[in-house]
Formats: sequence, structure tokens, C-alpha cells
Amino acid sequence: MIRRWLPYPLLTAGLVVMWLLLNESVGPGAILIGAVLALLASRALTALEPPTTSFRRPYAALKLAFVVFVEIVRSNNAVARIILRKGTRGRRAGFVLIPLQSRNPYCLTALACIITATPGTIWVEYHSSDNTMLLHVLDLIDEQQWVEIITQRYEKRLMEIFE
Amino acid sequence: MIEVIEVADIPLWAAILTSLLLLIGSGLTLIGAVGLLRLGSFYERVHAPTLGTTLGIGSVLIASMLFFSVLQTRPVLHELLIAAFMVVTTPITLTLLARAALYRDRREGNEEVPARRG
Repeated sequence: MIRRWLPYPLLTAGLVVMWLLLNESVGPGAILIGAVLALLASRALTALEPPTTSFRRPYAALKLAFVVFVEIVRSNNAVARIILRKGTRGRRAGFVLIPLQSRNPYCLTALACIITATPGTIWVEYHSSDNTMLLHVLDLIDEQQWVEIITQRYEKRLMEIFE
Repeated sequence: MIEVIEVADIPLWAAILTSLLLLIGSGLTLIGAVGLLRLGSFYERVHAPTLGTTLGIGSVLIASMLFFSVLQTRPVLHELLIAAFMVVTTPITLTLLARAALYRDRREGNEEVPARRG
């Protein structure tokens, strides 16, 4: 019964919060309309039949968010320095092929968002045949190091969250 | 005119913090734009605007939340939505651009990009 009316509880809650923020109100009217809209929207999503996944470890997700935040601040500084420095002076940009373990679509999507949102790295391509991704790095020093960073720092944590 | 008078009413600490955040945010976005001019290849240039879409926009949004929360003496938080939508949408644009460039480079037989797999 609950499954039928509330197929995606997290998404529904997120939509209600979004509605309240948009309206800048926590009055009963806004909550009521927000709840009705969120319920309808999340029920409409079932028609798209998104792949199922679990999301059980909010603490691990918070920890990952913090790691990503620190990394984004660090990379902003690094990329700003690269741009303002004169010439390329030994810096080499290039592609790295990263072998992945997870095939969970949510895990891969979150990984792509994290990598691309971090200045200096961008997710270019995904090969489903051998489960590898192509990464472009602005300041490529050691290719093996990037494989470690992507798989150990991000992918392992994402797999804990989604699998 | 009313706006101007209200603005003068916010406490000094909030004014200083807001201006600092705005300076950091706009400075980073400017550096990102300069990067679009200075970096050599397309794949390098595509990294530059991420400065503006991460800490750049982040600082400006925090400045906005702080300023209007202090000014209206109630929490103004709807800027969080802008942040959430930026985080979700920018990677799509950047990845799409990079893939389009890669596709074209491969079609033209450019040897500097990795060959297609699978």
C-alpha cells in the first residue's frame, strides 16, 4: 500500500522541500500543495520505470559530500593558479583510461557529476563493453595516481552508498 | 530609493562578509573566463568555466543568502535550489561538449586523442 502511494519516498521529500524553498513559506497551504504535487510527480516517475537501487547509508553520503567539497575548493585554487601562470611550464594535459568496478547506473552518474564538477577533471566517455571511462585531466602528472584517486576516493565510497 | 536606505541598515560584519564572498566568487569566475582565452586546446579550455560553476557561484549564492537573511531578519534559503540545479546540470553540458569534440577529432583522424574502443 505504502509502495503504491509512495514509490520514491526520498524523491517525494526532496520535491516537497524544493516547493517550500521556491515559495519561501512553511505555511500549511504551501505544505499541502507541495505534498500533493510531489506525490503526483513521484507517481508519474513510475511510468518511466527507472532502475531500482538502494540508498541506505546517509552518513556515508554526507562524508563523501564533505570529501568532494574539500576537493573542489582545493582544485579551484589549483586550476586558478594554472590559468594565471605564464606558459605551460612542464604541465601536461591528457586523457586517462580508468577501469571501473561498478555498473550501477546511479553510482556511475554520481561519479560523472563529481568528476566533472571538480575543476581540472572531466568525464569524457564511458565504455559499457569493458566498463571503463575516459577521463581528461588538466594537470596530468601520474596516470596511475588518477586511477587510484577515482576508484579509491570516489567509486569505492559510491558503491558503499548505492550497492 | 527605499532599497538604498535599507541596505545601509545592515550590520558592518555582514556587509564585509558579503563583499568578501562576492569578490571571491566574481574573481574566480573572472579567472575561469580568462582561462577560456589563455588555455591552449579545447580539452584544456573546457576545464576553465568549472571555476565559475563551483566555488564562483557558491560564494555568490552564500553572499546572497547572508545579505538577504540579515536584511529581512529571516532565513532566505532559496538560493540552495540554484546550487542544486547547477550541480546536476553543468556536468551534462561539459561532458556533452567534450564528447562532441572527441567525436569530431576522431572523425578527422586526429592522433592526439585516444582511439575509439569497443
